[in-house]
Amino acid sequence: MNQETDFTNLAKSSGEWLRGTGPESDIVISSRIRLARNLADFPFIRRCSDEDRDSIERTVRARMEAMEDWKDIRYIDIEELSEVDRQFLVERQLISREIADADGSRAVAVDPGEQYSVMINEEDHLRIQVMQSGLDLQAAWARIDALDDKLEGSILYAFHQKYGYLTACPTNVGTGLRVSVMLHLPALVITRQIEKVFRSMQRINVTVRGLYGEGSQYSGDFYQVSNQVTLGHSEKSLLALVGDEVVPQIIQYERKARAFLIEQNQQDLHDDVSRAMGILSTAKKISSEETMHYLSKVRMGVNLGLISDVEVATINKLFIHTQPAHLQKLHGRVLGSSDRNVQRATYLQRHLTGRQGKGELN
Amino acid sequence: MKCQYCEKPATFHITELTEPSGPKIMHLCEEHARGFLQKESDSPVASVTNALAKQLQLGQSKKELAELDQKECPVCGISFFEFRNTGRLGCPYDYSFFEADLVPLLRNIHDAVEHVGKRPRRLAASADSQAEMIQLRREMEEAVELEDYERASEIRDELKRMERELSIPASDDDDASSSEGENQS
Ligand SMILES: [Zn+2]
Ligand SMILES: [Zn+2]
Repeated sequence: MNQETDFTNLAKSSGEWLRGTGPESDIVISSRIRLARNLADFPFIRRCSDEDRDSIERTVRARMEAMEDWKDIRYIDIEELSEVDRQFLVERQLISREIADADGSRAVAVDPGEQYSVMINEEDHLRIQVMQSGLDLQAAWARIDALDDKLEGSILYAFHQKYGYLTACPTNVGTGLRVSVMLHLPALVITRQIEKVFRSMQRINVTVRGLYGEGSQYSGDFYQVSNQVTLGHSEKSLLALVGDEVVPQIIQYERKARAFLIEQNQQDLHDDVSRAMGILSTAKKISSEETMHYLSKVRMGVNLGLISDVEVATINKLFIHTQPAHLQKLHGRVLGSSDRNVQRATYLQRHLTGRQGKGELN
Repeated sequence: MKCQYCEKPATFHITELTEPSGPKIMHLCEEHARGFLQKESDSPVASVTNALAKQLQLGQSKKELAELDQKECPVCGISFFEFRNTGRLGCPYDYSFFEADLVPLLRNIHDAVEHVGKRPRRLAASADSQAEMIQLRREMEEAVELEDYERASEIRDELKRMERELSIPASDDDDASSSEGENQS
């Protein structure tokens, strides 16, 4: 690797996708699209020799570097990173847990705004990913489609006339496309409607999963909706299924539940939200799990106008910045879990008590 | 509340929404939650192996299955048994070589067997030429290992010729890719 990866500076900022704007951003955190692609002249990762992996990494890197607009792209050699740095990239959703824990040559290319990343030698040779704040699958698709075209210009993809883009796992074959929308659904959880809503979704080719932070921390009230099938539907129709049918329906249910809570239960709700804010801004030590739980309530409170002096973008960032690797990067050294609990509390206090300018996190 | 697998307090309450029988709530301690979530990340394997199990129960006898398990891809060497156990294929040629057994699986998973949607703009390599390129690459690595650099560079030229035929635009990275063999030696 020929560049010093300065994750400490990176840690102070956050990806564009956390800026808390975009359509439906009170409920939709982010939209993500990924494409699985493989080179035609190599075995899939499972059957690659070490030389094959090196060669894939080098070839792809050389070809990406020859692409226009490469200048700003940061190419990170994952094999050379410390455990904390790998965890850091996982927390930022730039790489998967799987590639962080794997062996051998592997890398990720990331643009400065962290809107897209290309993992090399994950389960497939290439995993191209685009992230976008709010619900905007069309914009995300336009961007990933263009990047895929560019890569295809210099890399020969494994493709079959009948089965489409060939992938290591048959669950990804065809389009190789996975659309995932991350939703914040606290009101559906409080009203115990969430299971009913998802039961009704199960018939229509989408998967819904509760979302968990890395190190398995529970990350309060977040759910991810993704398409299940990749073969036999065009990219456009898969985007439409998730973005025009399923997600708007869930958004509508969540809005109804929020309106219901406000109407029936304003005082309890306000009390709940204020207590959450109180704990986050006064605690002297706090676990990651507790932080997630209360941040989720505060986020809802901000969106419902019950809390006025905090921005959604700030809350979004706090979800990421209070995770273990981020705290350690921001603090500049390795911290044990009880030290982290203290640092986390200090950090939350500093950013929630209004002494800092809006959305400023350094 | 206690963890449903041990005596420790349950700090994770996981709602599993992907079960066909409906949502299932798990109350787990940190350690068991970690194990559970780890397993979760392998779910594509589970869906492949489940679909395969279903399909094999319906269609094949034990003897037929044993025979199928022995079948090995001539390009990457993966056996159907290994695929069945890991849910991962070994190379692009597997889609042609195991086609008869994969098609029912694809139907099971996707409810479809034919790609609709984006295609590469340039001519895609045929299954056979993809297989040939993978095999050549393997031979090249073997030649390098045996320090037969002459043979290795012959193969590299052949690979380049094949790539060019598939109309890969010649680009500035030619130097980078031709240094591949040298780097390995
Ligand atoms: Zn337990
Ligand atoms: Zn094979």
